[in-house]
Amino acid sequence: MSEVHKTIEAVWRIESTRLIAAIARVTHDVGIAEELAQDALVKALEVWPEEGIPEKPGAWLMKAATRRAIDSLRRGRMLVKKHEELARELEVEQERLGEALQLSLEQVIDDDVLRLIFTACHPVLAVEGRIALTLRLIGGLTTTEIARAFLVPEKTLGQRISRAKKTLSEAHVPFETPAGDELRQRVESVLLVVYLIFNEGYTATSGEEWMRAALSDEALRLGRMLAQLLPGESEVQALVSLMELQSSRSAARRGKDGEAVLFPDQDRSLWDAAQIQRGMVALERAQRLGGGAKPYALQAAIAACHMRARTAEETDWDRIVLLYDALLQINPSPIVALNRAVAVGMAQGPAAGLDAVDAAAAGFTALAGYHLFPSVRGDLLMKLGRLSEAREEVQRAIAMTKNLREQELLASRLKQLEQRDNGGA
Amino acid sequence: MPQYLVAGYLPDDFDPSTVDEATVREIHALTKEMIAAGVRKFAGGLGPAKSLRGQPDGGVLVTDGPYLETKEHIGGLWILECADLDEALAWARKGVAATRSQVEVREIFFNPAPE
Repeated sequence: MSEVHKTIEAVWRIESTRLIAAIARVTHDVGIAEELAQDALVKALEVWPEEGIPEKPGAWLMKAATRRAIDSLRRGRMLVKKHEELARELEVEQERLGEALQLSLEQVIDDDVLRLIFTACHPVLAVEGRIALTLRLIGGLTTTEIARAFLVPEKTLGQRISRAKKTLSEAHVPFETPAGDELRQRVESVLLVVYLIFNEGYTATSGEEWMRAALSDEALRLGRMLAQLLPGESEVQALVSLMELQSSRSAARRGKDGEAVLFPDQDRSLWDAAQIQRGMVALERAQRLGGGAKPYALQAAIAACHMRARTAEETDWDRIVLLYDALLQINPSPIVALNRAVAVGMAQGPAAGLDAVDAAAAGFTALAGYHLFPSVRGDLLMKLGRLSEAREEVQRAIAMTKNLREQELLASRLKQLEQRDNGGA
Repeated sequence: MPQYLVAGYLPDDFDPSTVDEATVREIHALTKEMIAAGVRKFAGGLGPAKSLRGQPDGGVLVTDGPYLETKEHIGGLWILECADLDEALAWARKGVAATRSQVEVREIFFNPAPE
């Protein structure tokens, strides 16, 4: 890519969110706003390599979008829904639209960006639609990038985005920040989207490695953005904390040859101490806001227990079990139950852990289809010296995971087991 | 995510009383935009410099003015956390427009916080 294209891409990344938010304030339709912004980008890609990057790229893009908006209005497209009845006086309308758009960019307030996030994460959309739209509208990622990150064909991703935009338009989703009880629900939906994006990057089942790192970074940035925009929401702080604490371990999660390194075997000196610090501060903030017992705060508190321990042996597993108990109460899920069982195994020994795993599987039948279930069982059976059973479980886990790195890791564990089994026989 | 120093340079004979309100407003607006975008770690203007030089006898000599003899000095700075250098440069570009000054971008090789 040429220097100027790289610059345009970077400018787009930092300008597009505000641009789309400002247009949406006037058009009341996020889909149309996004299209107008895209048109402006296309124009920039045409003009900037020739004429150079303008001094105020944001204002330039807005002007280009405005021109497009007036063009489409002239062609009779109903752009400004709210003022449909006024469309009779086209001339006046054109002028008004142009002025409103220019003014809107100058006045973009944080609220517009927040409205845009709430709209992209609206519960009326399927979760994958929310994710794609959020990355596109707020993350400024291209369809190609998003498609690559989620390993779906570009066409599929494009359809996903246009379907989401259509749904928003048809459902007449207002471009606004919800209030009262609705706010809580809507914040939950936003946080879910952000955390799913983070996890896709952090523990991706597939996809290119660099794109995955970009997803985690994007999620962290979205989280930090939300923390600025919604400073009083404890779960926003808690999610930021959770993501900071998890990604502080990034450097330690890969060995020299790119192989996965499991938590207990990680070189803790590679953990990013500054990031841990930030995660801890965000967690304290969440707790001070009175949200210590909410789902993300509990998960962050569990992560904090791990990060505080200087060695794996020093980990306060009893406290982790208690935190998982609390989490399981409010958020009963197979993964939480499995993680709790792992913690029980560490706190009370492998026999207790195995009982807890089996109890979890009895409570959540979905666990049987999840590759970590046989993997955890195998680990506990190995610790109990039941090697042939352990081997069966690890083999099952290998067959169930799509992730190459994880397969490698499990295969090396299987090899260890076989050596021990033979040695013991 | 890497962090970048985005520093604005002012001429040595810079007179702060010549800064108009619009400039101040634009700098504030840009900083707010950075905050809303989740990239700003820190922002601030700098007062006059004192320089400290170690002496051969082991003492330290304190003088007024920047350490280097230059025609410009750092007037203010942002610390931004961005995906990459290109993005930091895109912000710095806005910094040039807002501060009406020259801007320098440098990656910060971050030191871990003390234990």
